[in-house]
Amino acid sequence: MLDSLIGITLLTLLMIQAFAIIYLRNLFAVIMLFGAFSFISAGLFVVMDAVDVAFTEAAVGAGISTILMLGTLALTYGRNEEKQEKKSSHKPWLPLIVVSITGAMLIYGTSDIPAFGDPQAPAQQHVAPYYLEKGLSDTGVPNIVTAVLASYRGFDTLGEVAVIFTAGIAVMLLIGGRRRSTRRNTESGDDDET
Amino acid sequence: MMKHNLILRVISKFMIPLIFLFALYVQFHGDFGPGGGFQAGVIFSAGLILYALVFGVETAKQIIPPFVLRCLASLGVLIYAGTGVASLILGGKYLEYGVLASTQVAGQHLGILIIELGVGITVMSVMLIMFFAFAERGQPE
Repeated sequence: MLDSLIGITLLTLLMIQAFAIIYLRNLFAVIMLFGAFSFISAGLFVVMDAVDVAFTEAAVGAGISTILMLGTLALTYGRNEEKQEKKSSHKPWLPLIVVSITGAMLIYGTSDIPAFGDPQAPAQQHVAPYYLEKGLSDTGVPNIVTAVLASYRGFDTLGEVAVIFTAGIAVMLLIGGRRRSTRRNTESGDDDET
Repeated sequence: MMKHNLILRVISKFMIPLIFLFALYVQFHGDFGPGGGFQAGVIFSAGLILYALVFGVETAKQIIPPFVLRCLASLGVLIYAGTGVASLILGGKYLEYGVLASTQVAGQHLGILIIELGVGITVMSVMLIMFFAFAERGQPE
């Protein structure tokens, strides 16, 4: 009862924030709302007992991404320029229709999804029972999430680390290092490295 | 940079050690509680980013130079992949931690601890590399 009450409150907050993000034109405020959005999503994950996911969402979604988006904002607008979203040149009707149809299909699709926490759900029938039963005796690690991530699915996690590493290299290659020429960076010629 | 924000400077000086401590807790307690290398790396880098925001990017770079960050990012992946190679050499399959110690459970414990450390180091340094790349780009010389 309390769980669903908290869940409904958090989801309502998320919806209000989503509308605020759509309507606001001030990009700084939008980024801050994105951060708050992530943080409330993290709270929602806690309510659903997915603590590890909540942890990641709070640290990455609310923390690091907000910082990186603020950095992007500082890069793409001038120091004294007002950081406003430009008025779009096209009418919103076509995107609205596409979004409505997709949303209606998604909502229709949820009617086939098993109930939250249903033990008969296909996702709980495959390998999950094995992990839950054997996880502690196989690895001696009480946190099953860590046991699955680091041991049973060690290859996947290695791949993930490689992806993060590659992303770091890509960022470094694209925008890393200081611009060498100070004469040229008065204009917006961003892709012109000398 | 930010010479006048006395409250911000004092509070962040107080917070940063706690953030680091919490990151280390999340890192090495990931077996028992929520968290693990990924979250710990992000939290640790968040502490350094807070330092850079308050005291300036250049000061932060004196603590941890970009060259060291690049080495650390590769080191993390190497630790992870190297654990796999070590278990190969010890006669197991790739990333089979059971062979790393005398018993299966002890080996699993050790293996998970080591690879989580690798994950944490890589994530921490990549997040900082990204942050420094963005922050530097905005400052003309």
